[in-house]
Amino acid sequence: MAGSDNSIEVEGLVREFKKGPRAVDGIDLRVDPGEIYGFLGPNGAGKSTTVLMLTTLLPPTAGTARVAGFDVVKEGPSVRRTIGAALQEAALDPMLTGREHLRLQAALQGIARDERKAREQELLDRVGLSEAADRKVKGYSGGMKRRLDLALALVHRPRVLFLDEPTTGLDPQSRSALWEEVGRLARDEGVTVFLTTQYLEEADVLADRVGIIHRGRIVAEGTPAALKADVGRSTVEAIPAEEDERSRVAEILLRFGDPTQASPKGVAVQLANSNGSLAEVVRALDEAKLPIANIQLHAPTLDDVFLAKTGTSLEGAAEKEEHESEPE
Amino acid sequence: MTLLLNQIGRIAWRSVIRTARQPAAVIPPLTFPLMLMAVNSNGLRAATHLPGFPTKSFLDFFLPFSFIQGALFAATTAGTDLARDVDTGFLNRLALTPMRGAALLLGELGGAVALGALQAFVYLGVGLAFGVHFVTGIGGMATLLLLAILIALGWAAVGVLLALRAGTGEKVQSQFPLLFFLVFISSMNLPRNLIEVSWFRDLATINPVSYLIEGLRTLIIEGWNAQALALGFGVAILMILGALGGASIALNSRMERT
Repeated sequence: MAGSDNSIEVEGLVREFKKGPRAVDGIDLRVDPGEIYGFLGPNGAGKSTTVLMLTTLLPPTAGTARVAGFDVVKEGPSVRRTIGAALQEAALDPMLTGREHLRLQAALQGIARDERKAREQELLDRVGLSEAADRKVKGYSGGMKRRLDLALALVHRPRVLFLDEPTTGLDPQSRSALWEEVGRLARDEGVTVFLTTQYLEEADVLADRVGIIHRGRIVAEGTPAALKADVGRSTVEAIPAEEDERSRVAEILLRFGDPTQASPKGVAVQLANSNGSLAEVVRALDEAKLPIANIQLHAPTLDDVFLAKTGTSLEGAAEKEEHESEPE
Repeated sequence: MTLLLNQIGRIAWRSVIRTARQPAAVIPPLTFPLMLMAVNSNGLRAATHLPGFPTKSFLDFFLPFSFIQGALFAATTAGTDLARDVDTGFLNRLALTPMRGAALLLGELGGAVALGALQAFVYLGVGLAFGVHFVTGIGGMATLLLLAILIALGWAAVGVLLALRAGTGEKVQSQFPLLFFLVFISSMNLPRNLIEVSWFRDLATINPVSYLIEGLRTLIIEGWNAQALALGFGVAILMILGALGGASIALNSRMERT
């Protein structure tokens, strides 16, 4: 029923640009109410184009999408009333103060005059900008701009929040503060969050489920844990302290799994059983009195998932897309 | 209706605040036309000795040009600022609110007109302080201010149209010199009947800016010339309607929201 929940439902969504490839090439996805959905992919993969379509700012070429039960093509105004969005690059007026931005946004969103001041202050407090509220935005740092951007997206208490690469270019501290706030919104207020990112760590830490997009198509979807488990087992790599012990180290490691690619001086195996095997490997090497310079357990990451699904690493794909495709 | 007016008011408020906080956008539009007026009213004073020149004071003759030039400066600012909104994505932020397109257009124009009106009062005050005499009296001054504000609105609408079509401040600024060229090939320095070079006179005759200047000028030096006033007001209104129509179309394609 229209507007009855906070979900996002997308079927066969396509967007073609003139003289360009299909930026979005038939994607299907569903985001449940209160869920944080991470849309992961390199630059040019189609993330921002998808967000523009879901936020009604770009009509799809084909397919359907419903946000909070409203059709993004036929019920644009209803969708906009329900959603908040912080799009790529904080779009702020450098000549206005943070408070003036909130005042403008509240007025345009139709918030009642007597509610505006309290809402402005509440949001400024929440994003930690109370002290800087009356300074012009041109003096804000990147992190402050992003936090103001988030506050502006929340002015009218949206049920679904779209964040397009919200932490790109932020320092680790600002990034983690933003993650905390986004997590709180979903957890405490039941806001559905659709978040695009090119950061593996962000998707891993923040998202309940992740969709990996590559060249306009979703190539994998699931919880970060399930996606990682799907691509394979952990590997252990050991580098002997003395190079001539390499074959003996290999002999011991092979008891625990299958050989796999390692650094030139090391030996690596993909573990047959990831539970507790590193400890067993260390014990076995110790019992054999083999001095080890370095030993590492490498658990699968979302980059491994990306590599497995697309044949290229996320970083490599980003560079390739920048050369090949149209800007998003 | 109340909501629309509230939205227009908010956008106009932002436009005024933004402009007021950029000294480079306020001071040159106020001072440059006055400087040019000071230089030309002295340097070109000899033109008043030409047979058939309509007044003995070149300042009286030249003052209307300040209103045109100031309005053009204000329009450049409005256009550049709006284009920056397109470029930075601020327009998308506005598009995500229930704001109507009309509110954006009228609000942006409101800000530019506020600046244009302030300029008009300053030019008029300076002109009067330096001895400009209105043959039409107080009523003529009020009519001149009204026409000057309409002209500011018309230029601002042109600025908004260019901004929405161009989408970047740089492109808008690169187009404004063409409008200045249009202003300079008008009857700004001489009445059209005294321009001896025929191609220049022909260009000035087909140039609508000439009629804007002449509409303002007639109130100072000639009197209530119905034809000049009708042409001045008519051109200003046509400019407003034409540019606003074009701007509405351009806005629809910029704010392609469903």
